[in-house]
Amino acid sequence: MAHSIRRDSPELPDFSLLKRLARDQLIYLLEQLPGKKDLFIEADLMSPLDRIANVSTLKQHEVDKLYKVEYKPIISTADQLCFLIRPRIKTVKWICDVANADKAAGKLRRYKIIFTPQKFYACEAVLEEQGIIGDVTTDEWSFYLLPLDDDIISLELPEFFRDNFLAGDQRWVRTAGSALHLLHSLYGPFSKIYGIGRCSKMAYESWREQVEEGEQRARQAEIGKVFLIDRDVDFVTPLCSQVVYEGLVDDIFRIKCGCVEFGPDVTSSDKSIKVMLNSQDRVFNEIRNEHFSNVFGFLSQKARNLQTAYDKRRGMDIKQMKTFVSEELKGLKQEHRLLSLHIGASESIMKKKTKQDFQELLKTEHSLLEGFEIRECISFIEEHINRQVSMIESLRLLCLLSITENGLLPKDYRSFKAQYLQSYGVDHLLTFANLRQLGLLVEQQPGETLTVMESKVGKLVNDKTAGKLTDAFSSLAKKSNFRALSRRLNLVPKSDEEYDLRVPRDMAYIFSGAYVPLSCKLIEQVLERDGWTGLEEVTRLLNGHEFAVTGSNGVDLRGKGDAQRIILVMFLGGCTFSEISALRFLGREKGYKFIVVTTAITSSSRLIEALLDNQV
Amino acid sequence: MYLEQRFQEEEQKKMMKNRADEDDYWNSSKFKAFTFDDEDDEFSRLKESKRAVNNIRRLVEEDDDEDDVEKVSWSGEPVGSISWSVRETAASNQKTDREPAFPKINTDTPTISKSNSGYSLSSLFKGKTKGGNFQNLTDSFNDSSLRLYAPELRKPKSEYKDYVSDWSPEETVQRMQQGKVVSLEKFRSLQDKLLLLDYAVSAHDGNVITAVLIFLKRTLSKGILFQELESRQTALRHFIQYLTETKDQRLLLELYRALGRTEDMALLQYKEHLSISDENKKRDFLKSCLSLPFSTEDSAHVQDHYTLLERQIIIEATDRQAEQGGKVEIFQKFPRKASILNMPMVTTLYYCCFYHYNEPEGTYSSPLNIRQTFKVSEKQYFVTALSARAKLKAWSDVDALFTSRNWLGFTRKKSPLSFHRVVDILQKNSAPTLVLQDYVALVDDADLKISLAQKHKCHDIVINTYRDLKDRQQLLAYRGKVERGSAEERKIDELLNNQQIRWKN
Repeated sequence: MAHSIRRDSPELPDFSLLKRLARDQLIYLLEQLPGKKDLFIEADLMSPLDRIANVSTLKQHEVDKLYKVEYKPIISTADQLCFLIRPRIKTVKWICDVANADKAAGKLRRYKIIFTPQKFYACEAVLEEQGIIGDVTTDEWSFYLLPLDDDIISLELPEFFRDNFLAGDQRWVRTAGSALHLLHSLYGPFSKIYGIGRCSKMAYESWREQVEEGEQRARQAEIGKVFLIDRDVDFVTPLCSQVVYEGLVDDIFRIKCGCVEFGPDVTSSDKSIKVMLNSQDRVFNEIRNEHFSNVFGFLSQKARNLQTAYDKRRGMDIKQMKTFVSEELKGLKQEHRLLSLHIGASESIMKKKTKQDFQELLKTEHSLLEGFEIRECISFIEEHINRQVSMIESLRLLCLLSITENGLLPKDYRSFKAQYLQSYGVDHLLTFANLRQLGLLVEQQPGETLTVMESKVGKLVNDKTAGKLTDAFSSLAKKSNFRALSRRLNLVPKSDEEYDLRVPRDMAYIFSGAYVPLSCKLIEQVLERDGWTGLEEVTRLLNGHEFAVTGSNGVDLRGKGDAQRIILVMFLGGCTFSEISALRFLGREKGYKFIVVTTAITSSSRLIEALLDNQV
Repeated sequence: MYLEQRFQEEEQKKMMKNRADEDDYWNSSKFKAFTFDDEDDEFSRLKESKRAVNNIRRLVEEDDDEDDVEKVSWSGEPVGSISWSVRETAASNQKTDREPAFPKINTDTPTISKSNSGYSLSSLFKGKTKGGNFQNLTDSFNDSSLRLYAPELRKPKSEYKDYVSDWSPEETVQRMQQGKVVSLEKFRSLQDKLLLLDYAVSAHDGNVITAVLIFLKRTLSKGILFQELESRQTALRHFIQYLTETKDQRLLLELYRALGRTEDMALLQYKEHLSISDENKKRDFLKSCLSLPFSTEDSAHVQDHYTLLERQIIIEATDRQAEQGGKVEIFQKFPRKASILNMPMVTTLYYCCFYHYNEPEGTYSSPLNIRQTFKVSEKQYFVTALSARAKLKAWSDVDALFTSRNWLGFTRKKSPLSFHRVVDILQKNSAPTLVLQDYVALVDDADLKISLAQKHKCHDIVINTYRDLKDRQQLLAYRGKVERGSAEERKIDELLNNQQIRWKN
């Protein structure tokens, strides 16, 4: 790492406890169903489960066969079936079908459903409707938090984003509150909580209630401060192309639960390799936060060092050689393997990116962020669509255009929509409806019509109703105000200045010096000011919902010291690897340590895909 | 072209294929994507060892505690294997006297008449909250030493007996939030039901909101329920989501109609076409959608969708026959890779430019006819025709796309697309240098032209451009890049020796 590191950075708490907690509870739940049983696991729970337990753990607790939930009739012969699932109606219905089919065939079995992280009444209602309450027992596995790395903890709930922000369904609010409560119980007490966004506020409230319901034991705080942020506070950042190594790897290969599968083009063999990407990988750890342009240089330097280390064995006598083999060789081999993987990945990234005019794409993004040469950007996006380049990429650029420009001109909107539907299918009418509802891709509203309407309505009816109406309008009225925010927070550095990516001077380096991520900038500012004072204009532009509260523990001196510089940032609706890199940078600069808790790791593709509606 | 969508399906197919033998499937290394961490995986071993080291300290600490305390589990029964809970339990006994640790904040929900005080300033300073007092009641059934710090843990059965008690709507919501058993049947007056709903909404717990809505759906007439939901947006959105998830299309449509949300209604009905696989049935369904109350703009799109599928069905039938007949050359030379059914309009246009380029405008499959029918923009048509003809290496067709005559009758090349993009498309369709250089030469920007020419080895253009720029140094440098003894080298030498040129360097 080329930049200076403040040496007084505090140590991170040990989160492996979370894994053991989850594993032990799972074992307990399995023991509640004594005897041999087959276990059905929801597809998206398999990777998280992998991280905390393994087959032999399950086998030890009399799990006979493992199946993936596939919504098809089952072929198990076991007398007991156990289902480990997310609380989804679709899955519960399928289980009801399985149980009812058994009943019809006169087959007697015991069924147990383990919902994780919690069960929902709606799921139990399905069990009741289908007449299988009594045949099926249910349980909850409170597996809220999965540590993906020393400083990343995920709820592994990608559907949080769509449910909460698109559908307006608050089913996961309490889950978020419970996750925070768990962290508070184990690593708290927190002394200060900041936040912005409607969901953040609600999650805070839920957490606070849960704290009051339970008891807090006296303990030394390991985490002092918490920052909660809604994903819809900043959509610009996750929509930008990632150019920091870890983000790029995620954009291209998709990191799943901290693990990536490198295909034959990377491994330069005929098989794929699954690799855990975290701080344990020494090579990866050194390049993950680097701008991609530095990665090659770093890797080749590393390769030269490795060569030198290997070369040492020349001219060694037998005894020296023996020591070398027993002490160094294994480490070198390991490093060699990692190095060749990351070199392979970098090459593959280069190939893919040069093929699709990555430079031009980045130029367009930067122009959009800067608000410069918008017509050129529009024709670039148009050509992208005309050539059917990538359905997701085209939408991503359109959304970026819409947010940065505060909506599209009506004629541009209509023309883009028509061309998009021609290129990728009329089915996407539904996708466009979703994007409009979320405020990601909208027509510019003429003037301030809406506010006028709201205030008129407000005068006509009493306050209570007005509150409800504002609530109803909020998704429509939501404006991104990106330009004004960008000016006020200085998010886009002047383009005429040279930016040395090897020696980053601010968080903008994660976007080649073109843009400081809004989300991270807010965190920086609030921590610096210890609240929102002086940011009134900014919060107004962000549609409010900011808060900063101090707990009674805040005055407690036990919490002072290192814990106050350990800051837990919780992203509701997902965060990107680039944002994590930016926070790591900020931490190094200011002597903080950030712990990122997110409902899921997201990226531009995941974000857009969550909003598609062109398939059943 | 247009592969993104397929990707997910592919993956699913792959998964299904691999499912044959479960035991193998889970343990073999071939299908690592779905196996638990393999023991021989070096990475996990590395991780494992680090974790082990990290855990040593904690484990040691635990062992100290373990002997002192009786072992208890989530439900209060002794369990041997789970030592952590013991430690947590022990720690929980060291309760601290405390004030409410954190203040309540306003979360912008419509206030409920009865609970106004909850939002008042005084609540920031109140001592034991209502929730807290109420908690004491249940606590009495509950040995506090059994309380654990992992949330949502199960309570002893004894607690279940108080569900018959007379809970207020507010208390009921609180209990539901904590996952306790409640009965909603006693809330029979509309006022009570709505109070229940409003408390659920103000508690911001979607799970409880939906639970109350399920109860209201069962015990209220649709008319009353819809009417009440209209002024409760948060509850309404939960209800819509619930109906979507349970696939209660009929009721959802009724709700939209009652609320006057006609566009949502139209879109919801249109969405149904996605689950119809038979193309004729789908076409007929789309036709029936034409009368739905879409916005004018969307209505035109749905019309296009119908027209397109109708046409694709005709084209598909004709072409399949032609292909099987084996008489039409183009289908023999370039067998069709997939059916054209359900493809987007642009893909259909590409297909027609590929297989039916020269057909008269009157036929359904003529590109010109498609262009006309779907009001394809000039640029879009151009890009698509260019890619299709380039793919076939029909360079004369490509050339003809650009040709326009000016008023003097001279032909010159014009393009609605910038020429560097044209070069890109041609090159992706592996056009030979001879074809490429014509278009590289037309790129306006000199720097871009040179870089493209160098990339595609159009030596003449590079040389001529340097000559025109009078850049002797660059020309000299380029001499090293062309083949020894080639015509290009000779040309460079001639230029370098030409006394007439006034080099700038």
